[in-house]
Amino acid sequence: MATEALGWWGVPLAIVAGTLRGSVPFLFVSLGECLTEKSGKINLGLEGTLLMGAMSAYAISFLTGSPWLGVVTAGVAGLFLGLIHGWLSQQPRVNDVAVGIAMIIFGSGLAFFLGKPFIQPSAPQLPTFSLAGWTQIPQLESALRISPLFILGVAIAPLMQWFFRSTRWGLLVRAVGDSPDAARAMGISIFKVRMASIVAGSFLAGIGGASLSLFYPGSWSERISSGQGLMAVALVIFARWNPIQCLFASLLFGGAQAIGPAMQSVGIDAYYYLFNASPYILTLLIMVITCSPKRTLTGAPGALGQAQE
Amino acid sequence: MSDRWRSLLEKICIPLGALLAALVIFGLFCALAGANPFGVYHSIYRAAFGSWSSFQNTLIQASPLMLSALCTALPARLGLVIIGNEGALVLGGLAAVAGGLTLGGWGLPTPGVQLGMALAGILAGGLWIAIVGALRHYRAVNETISSLLMNYIAIAFLNQMVNGPMRDPASLNKPSTFPIPSEHMLGTLPGSRVHYGLVLGLVACGLAYFLIQRTTFGFAARTAGGNVRAARVAGLPVGKLTLAICFLGGACAGLAGMVEVAAVHGRANESLNANYGYGGVLVAFIARHNPIAASLVALLLGGILASGGILQRAHGLPDATVMVFQGIVFLSVLYSDSLYGKLPIFKARPPKVRPTPPVATATLV
Repeated sequence: MATEALGWWGVPLAIVAGTLRGSVPFLFVSLGECLTEKSGKINLGLEGTLLMGAMSAYAISFLTGSPWLGVVTAGVAGLFLGLIHGWLSQQPRVNDVAVGIAMIIFGSGLAFFLGKPFIQPSAPQLPTFSLAGWTQIPQLESALRISPLFILGVAIAPLMQWFFRSTRWGLLVRAVGDSPDAARAMGISIFKVRMASIVAGSFLAGIGGASLSLFYPGSWSERISSGQGLMAVALVIFARWNPIQCLFASLLFGGAQAIGPAMQSVGIDAYYYLFNASPYILTLLIMVITCSPKRTLTGAPGALGQAQE
Repeated sequence: MSDRWRSLLEKICIPLGALLAALVIFGLFCALAGANPFGVYHSIYRAAFGSWSSFQNTLIQASPLMLSALCTALPARLGLVIIGNEGALVLGGLAAVAGGLTLGGWGLPTPGVQLGMALAGILAGGLWIAIVGALRHYRAVNETISSLLMNYIAIAFLNQMVNGPMRDPASLNKPSTFPIPSEHMLGTLPGSRVHYGLVLGLVACGLAYFLIQRTTFGFAARTAGGNVRAARVAGLPVGKLTLAICFLGGACAGLAGMVEVAAVHGRANESLNANYGYGGVLVAFIARHNPIAASLVALLLGGILASGGILQRAHGLPDATVMVFQGIVFLSVLYSDSLYGKLPIFKARPPKVRPTPPVATATLV
């Protein structure tokens, strides 16, 4: 770690750097999940999508030498998994949570199956640029490197907010998620709107996977994801189904993930593994505090998780 | 053929058809990957059920699956989707080791130590999932998500313990706890390599079936699962039911962890986290949360899991092939749920029409 030489100052710096790096997959996955849930369906299978995205991005970047082509392929891989989820989870009497678990097994199995030959070779990475070009301190310079995907994600969050608030299509998605009956009365095809939302959400999650394998940690292995896809669901609840708040939640989670390694780098490793669990503990605490049996959460789509006829 | 028989046939035919469809899709997948699908089917069959020796492997894989499936199947009767099996299993295993080492250290005889390990596993797993139930009942926290998060917390706790306070300094490459003395390990059934965990799994599935279908407790749970408001009006203690059934489910997964530790690994380390938890969720859903069916499905999935090695050796397929197969089976079975009441063959008919005999023969194959 470049931060070691800075002593105790390295801890906050490492956390900031970890936030900038680690929040990218959270950002894409939570925005994807947010879009999906706004239409009234839950996609728990984004973990599989994330792994599939990471694998396909790495493989294509290695085979063609173009990391950007890898990013696009990751999105397309996500799109296909989204098609399966969107179709299956909308069949009568099929539980979308169960489909999600099945898609985790299927997606990650497929990613490990196809990705086996790509564990060893090293693929071209996405270019990065530094936020700290003005400084003379090399540690600061290297710690504050960010990915163009981070910028892209930060740009998508307000765009999605605008999409929900001010566009006709955004209204359609919200109508289908809040009150399917009213939407059906308006002549909207619930199936098509939900399918489009799930597929678009999976596309974003696939790109989130590309950020894992082509930016940070920047390699492909079967342990590359630490459950970001699963946590997306909790993160969206924490962000109250608001894309801008998804951005802040992702930064918070990326930072929480960096606490363990940052403490270890200054020699505090007594509770290393428990610190690694801090994002999960944080999510659980937030849910315990914010949920209440007396009222539903503000911002929750009305038809979320309800069985459809 | 009465309607009762027709509905039973439907319940048997649809899952079997889904399995068959999954096999065909998986065969296509293997063909695309350059392996001969029929060779792969044959290998899976041989590795799973082909000989007494390989069937023993299947049984060994199936026992933790049966127990862990109950962690999803029991709360499902109350309308809860709990997927915290992995966490409860891991903690159950860890508690069993702690209990076994402590009691063994006091010099208790083997049956006492084994009983202590089982109780420790049951308590740890049960309390862990009971927390999920309590959060659901008192704070309306979604039980699926909280149990999922708690899986990660439990695994982090396991890693913390085996790398820290409970670490055996002799375990260098793979940090582990101190081993349970071999005389306290669970024995094997006479004439086989299969450990007593299988008996525990079968007994637990049987008891769970009896509890849900034949007792007032089970009836109350099913009522509350059908309609919470009606159950409250009828004066059923929904909160207590939730806690109790979550505890029982978690206890089964905790027992699975104890079995893994006390019969297979001998110590707790990261091998405990071997996907029996998510496998158990799969088993419970395929069995439609019926404990008896779960024991059969666990055998089937155990067989598939046991065939992982041979696919790698004989066909050059990566070990993740088994995972792809599991995923296809799961998706196909979930889709088949939407077919109930849709297929014309199984629809109730006017009495004068004679039902077609081929349906009955098809299921016997």
